[in-house]
Amino acid sequence: MGQETPLLSLQNISKDFYGTVVLQDVSFDVKPGEIIGLVGENGAGKTTLMRILFGMPVIRETGGFKGKICIDGQEVSFTSPFDALDAGIGMSHQEFSLIPGFTTTENIVLNRESMKNSPLNDVFGDRMSILDRMDMRKRAEGSIVKLGVKLDPDMLVSEMPVGHKQFTEIAREINREKTRLLVLDEPTAVLTETEAEVLIRALRQLAAQGISIIFISHRLHEIIEVADRVVVLRDGVIVKDTPTEGVTVRDIASWMVGRHVATERVDEAHRYFEEIILSVKHLWVDQPGETVRDVSFQVHKGEIFGIGGLAGQGKLGIPNGIMGLFPGGGEVLLHGKPAPLNDPRTALQMGMAFVSEDRRGVGLLLDETLEWNIAFTAMQIQNKYLKNFGIFKIRDESAMKKLTEEYMDILHIKCTGPKQQAKELSGGNQQKICLAKAFAIRPDVLFVSEPTRGIDIGAKKLVLDALHKYNRDFGMTIVMVSSELEELRAICDRIAIVDEGRIAGTLPPTAELAEFGLLMAGERSAKSEEALSA
Amino acid sequence: MSGKMTPGRFLRENAVIIIFIIITLAAIQPSGLSLTYIVQELLTRLGRNSFLVLALLIPIYAGMGLNFGMTLGAMAGQIGLIFAINYNITGVNGLLFAVLASMPLAILMGYICGVVLNNAKGREMVTGFILAFFMDGIYQFFVLYTLGYAVPMKNPAIVLSRGYGIRNTLNLDIVRQSLDTWWMLKIGPFSLPMASYLVIVVLCLFIVWFKKTKMGQDMRAVGHDMAVANSSGIPVNRTRIIAIIISTVFACIGQVIFLQNMGNMATYGAHTQTAFFAVAAILVGGASVKKASLANVFVGVVLLHALFVVTPNAGQKVFGQAMIGEYFRQFIGYGVIALSLVLYAWRSRKEAERQREGLRGGTAAAAQGGAK
Repeated sequence: MGQETPLLSLQNISKDFYGTVVLQDVSFDVKPGEIIGLVGENGAGKTTLMRILFGMPVIRETGGFKGKICIDGQEVSFTSPFDALDAGIGMSHQEFSLIPGFTTTENIVLNRESMKNSPLNDVFGDRMSILDRMDMRKRAEGSIVKLGVKLDPDMLVSEMPVGHKQFTEIAREINREKTRLLVLDEPTAVLTETEAEVLIRALRQLAAQGISIIFISHRLHEIIEVADRVVVLRDGVIVKDTPTEGVTVRDIASWMVGRHVATERVDEAHRYFEEIILSVKHLWVDQPGETVRDVSFQVHKGEIFGIGGLAGQGKLGIPNGIMGLFPGGGEVLLHGKPAPLNDPRTALQMGMAFVSEDRRGVGLLLDETLEWNIAFTAMQIQNKYLKNFGIFKIRDESAMKKLTEEYMDILHIKCTGPKQQAKELSGGNQQKICLAKAFAIRPDVLFVSEPTRGIDIGAKKLVLDALHKYNRDFGMTIVMVSSELEELRAICDRIAIVDEGRIAGTLPPTAELAEFGLLMAGERSAKSEEALSA
Repeated sequence: MSGKMTPGRFLRENAVIIIFIIITLAAIQPSGLSLTYIVQELLTRLGRNSFLVLALLIPIYAGMGLNFGMTLGAMAGQIGLIFAINYNITGVNGLLFAVLASMPLAILMGYICGVVLNNAKGREMVTGFILAFFMDGIYQFFVLYTLGYAVPMKNPAIVLSRGYGIRNTLNLDIVRQSLDTWWMLKIGPFSLPMASYLVIVVLCLFIVWFKKTKMGQDMRAVGHDMAVANSSGIPVNRTRIIAIIISTVFACIGQVIFLQNMGNMATYGAHTQTAFFAVAAILVGGASVKKASLANVFVGVVLLHALFVVTPNAGQKVFGQAMIGEYFRQFIGYGVIALSLVLYAWRSRKEAERQREGLRGGTAAAAQGGAK
């Protein structure tokens, strides 16, 4: 065995972004005709690894990487994705890279069309050649046959079912004569189960023809079904590289989410809640990239309700939809009264507030002072911090200053004073301003979305402490959406995991890590809501 | 969006054409014009205007919208004509000279326009529109000050009495209708300018052929999705610049054909409405910002000009003022453009909504959303 030269060999790949290590000493080989299942949570480094493999410019712009990439034993250095294509590496992205108005054939041979010479070639070059549509069709059909699926070569992509788009995309990659390694990033994410099965069969067929595949997926049972070997990345390190034989979904799930250091819960006492404050039924939200399909849950008064899940599964769409920032439908009841969707103002007036994950876009008025930022929503929605002169109102500057100083104190906001501009603060302090802005309207239910994204560890703790404090001291009900399971486990009373736009299950924070991993992977667990009441 | 063609949907999608046909038919009677006159007038205008309207097609294929920057090509064509008159080159030769002399300028203008539009992706139309205004200033400076001053002019008849600058109105008698009359076919009461038609047919054939080339395919790809085209290695910016250059050169030739039929040229104003009328025509013909065909061009030219022929007379008869018809011309031209743009934006928003709904996939919520 070991004598065979691997097709691709990654050796000691390390990469950091401005000091933050995202990949450390990553090494693995891909043999010809082998299917590798690559799994890992968000931020585990999968994307960065693939970017390095493809020579994406962003890697060089951020200081390059350490380690070696070898193809057929030869070290290579790609300076652009086109070099990688030339070396025989093809990639199919999670978002389709297809032209909707073109047919299957035209997409498969895009920019590699067969051509016949025309008289104008000599004057204007090759681009004036006539397309040879017969030959293009023949080549496209060849790829489709090689893939072993049914695709109409003349159908417009815009009229295809999603599954066929995915097949078209893969057919395009294998249409390049040289393609020997395919990287598929979540190819089954948008497919129905039957389509996914067809795809997996097709991949097996490709592998049998000697094409190697790196298969990235969060659906772990598919990994086990299709891959010869599974490589698990966690926090930039390969924690497991093993043949799939005998491995269970549960094993992979626990490797994926396992942590060396678990964040300690502040209080272990199990709290009980009676009154239901927020009830969401059959919510759908059209947030691009975070589509919510059908979500129902209830939040009790005074609890911290966590919503977790992998990126792109729809967890962010939930608060954005309830607060009316993206079009949605379904039923939301606050205190038993229906809250209208698609209407941020009423949502705020009814006593809900939202700290957006898009801190700089939605959360802050970057060019304005801290006073303005903190008092802004309260001023707009509740007419606070205004002096009323009958026909007009003016801002109550001193009240705003007092308010700001109060929050600077409570949340330990590091700044030069209430008059500083929001854009001058660090990420962590900006996040605290966002929180202060939401706290200032004294909401009954506070949604916080990715509260610790992009801020350093010390600031993370302060933000979480602030949420905890407001919950315990003022009884504020908090719905916290986060990609970081650990922080959800640290402060939430219950945690719902969202998968493919639906809630896969709700677990107590003390549940085993593997249970969370299984839910994220779309493997419904037996233990869910019932576990809580027990 | 394929689906059943209901009467309601047919009306909605062809609203502009239907309104045009109704107004025109209603105006024929009060205008008092004979049908023969109207048809002859349309035959002439087809030869005069079609080339300019055809110049709009390629940028639409390349996803750059309606090329309001074609005015730049028209300016180049006018400069060519000025020199043809200056050197007293008569007939079709004069036209050929004008086209050849202005071609390098048109290519340069197209290149500049293309580069500017590449820096304003997604806002090509308004950028082209404003760019045309800006270039108008440079054109005026060139024609009004440098011609006869920095560039010696041989023909004193076209120069202002102060010794430099070109007169307000240029008499194009020496090339007047030279292309139209080169081969004039008489059928009954009608005369058909066959040579002009032939040029237009050749251009149509070129466009059909061009769509089949690699370049044409690349343009379609770029027009549909720049990011995808780029990631497959198509040089997006270069392709877009070429589309604009081709359009500008066609506009230059088109303006020469247009002016030879008119027989005189308003030196400082002839180009200002070139793009406006061409754009109105193609939109009336049923084209949109993203989609256009040869048929749209000819249907549009016939419909728009049928209206233009009958309304001044109808206005004269009904309201006692020909100006009413003139007013209608402007009003309807701009109205059509605005309406088409709004309809287009409305349709693309609907389409985006429909696609987002598709994402929800198979839930009760999707069914509910779809039923709305």
